Amino acid sequence: MIGGKCVKFGDSVNTDLIMPGRYLVSIDPAELAEHVFEPLGPEVAGRVRASQVIVAGRNFGCGSAREQAASGLVGAGITAVIAASFARTFFRNAINTGLLAITQPEAAEAAQDGAEVLVDLTAATVKTGGQDFSFPPYPESLLRILDAGGLIPYVAQQISAAGAR
Amino acid sequence: MAATFAEKLLAGAAGVAGASAGEIVDAYPDLIMSHAASWRCIRMLERLGTDRLFDPDRIAMVMDHNSPAYTAKTAGDQKLCREFAAAHGIAKFYDVDAGIAHVVLTEAGHVRPGMLLIGTDSHSTIYGALGAAGTGVGFSEVAATWVTGYLWMRVPESVKVDIDGPLAPGVFAKDVMLALIGDLTADGATYCSVEFGGSYAEGLSVSERMTLCNLAMELGAKFAYVPPDEVTRAYLEARGVPRDSYTELFPDPGAAYQREVAIDGPSLSPQISCPHTVDNVRPVEDVAGTRVDQVFIGSCANAKYEDLAEAASILRGRHVASGVRLIVTPASKNVLQRAVADGILSVLLEAGALVTNPGCGACAGDGGVMADGEVTLSTANRNFRGRMGSYQAEIYLGSPAVAAATAVRGAIADPRELAAGPGLAVTR
Repeated sequence: MIGGKCVKFGDSVNTDLIMPGRYLVSIDPAELAEHVFEPLGPEVAGRVRASQVIVAGRNFGCGSAREQAASGLVGAGITAVIAASFARTFFRNAINTGLLAITQPEAAEAAQDGAEVLVDLTAATVKTGGQDFSFPPYPESLLRILDAGGLIPYVAQQISAAGAR
Repeated sequence: MAATFAEKLLAGAAGVAGASAGEIVDAYPDLIMSHAASWRCIRMLERLGTDRLFDPDRIAMVMDHNSPAYTAKTAGDQKLCREFAAAHGIAKFYDVDAGIAHVVLTEAGHVRPGMLLIGTDSHSTIYGALGAAGTGVGFSEVAATWVTGYLWMRVPESVKVDIDGPLAPGVFAKDVMLALIGDLTADGATYCSVEFGGSYAEGLSVSERMTLCNLAMELGAKFAYVPPDEVTRAYLEARGVPRDSYTELFPDPGAAYQREVAIDGPSLSPQISCPHTVDNVRPVEDVAGTRVDQVFIGSCANAKYEDLAEAASILRGRHVASGVRLIVTPASKNVLQRAVADGILSVLLEAGALVTNPGCGACAGDGGVMADGEVTLSTANRNFRGRMGSYQAEIYLGSPAVAAATAVRGAIADPRELAAGPGLAVTR
């Protein structure tokens, strides 16, 4: 099970809100974590850092292809984002940085702000408020990337395995 | 089975006989672009434990954001890229003088019909202007693809957008796209390939096609595409690209589209995207008179030669309103050179503009940013909160013509109310 306490957002949360462009000079998740959701003020940013799951409406992560929008959330301790839908660049960056991005509109609707949200990747379900919501399982190729903790560790494993052969 | 542009292109890039929407394929990009994020890609490469590149000729690097460097950290990052490119034989390395990656690579003839391009920039959809497929990815993905040569891609569904022309005077590709984004909203084409057609797209300039395809990203698109034609071929020929060096791809008749949208071009008026989302669109009539502190003519969406010429046609013989800053950031060195050569630059300067070095400039928050409570009218493609300085500032988006008219009036203005000066109106 992955997850924990959630913080809930609405539709169209863009990458400039998640990680302002001025901080892209860093690729250190811990450093980036200090600036997640900064444009929305310290109260919201603090709540994100005290949560493990983000729940959102449509088109989460729209805008820039900046990978730090995903890796900054990882640095802030977020392990999963459950949304009604994702922008494709954020979805890819999430998988590639080892962050679960799950499209489940009913779960996103049902989850209460601050409630516990858990993801069972094997059973492909999101659990919150005593309800189970299933989602289409990830393709095998994406699961392998997530299992390795992201694309770079995954490709590093592949390269090292090829070298050992 | 009848195939879309995206299905044909990804089947080719994956080396398979056919690929249908929804399938995942391993696709080999023809060109892998990284911009200011290049140093991040290099750092990721170090973690891979190898620096054996699949094909250095498929790699392009352009130092467009944060350029020239304004901190020692950024200077070091750019130095790393310069040295890496030299050490690995990356010939398509463009330094801080060149301009915005998308425009630089297109002008250099590196973008050709039928190519698959990935880039560390969401607006990589712009390459569809020449009948190629471009899409944005993160820096880890670019580093991995440098080594492996391929990445997984889901074959997208396609959306057909037919635009009837001609547009009314004072109305441009930017207005078409803002109207479309307002109608379909910011996720109206998420993960889709957007194919443009209709009498407006046929024979349209490459510059305006770039604006169409650039802004398709603001619908959530994965690819954008304008079918190649004589305009495309002439553009490439002028840049020394031989006709036999590329293969044009066209959708089959009867290909399946998730959605078909028709735009009545002649009825459109100039459009404005209001704070703080791109899909918050109004006709200019609704927001005319909104006071601005700054006007920015820049970005990969609208700082090409034709865009500067359009703005100059309105600014000629006029002056920027008192107390308003007009910042012009040409998209590329080539654009700047042309603007110098034909006097456009002088017109802009005489009108009171500040002209900066080519690059991303204020659109990336690099200079020309705003204080609390200030308002900018920008020709860029995003108006998200905090993108240009203060989180308490506002960004409106419009065409270069709207920008020029707004600079003159000091408030959002309809360019149709300011007749163009003599001799500078350009053919689009």
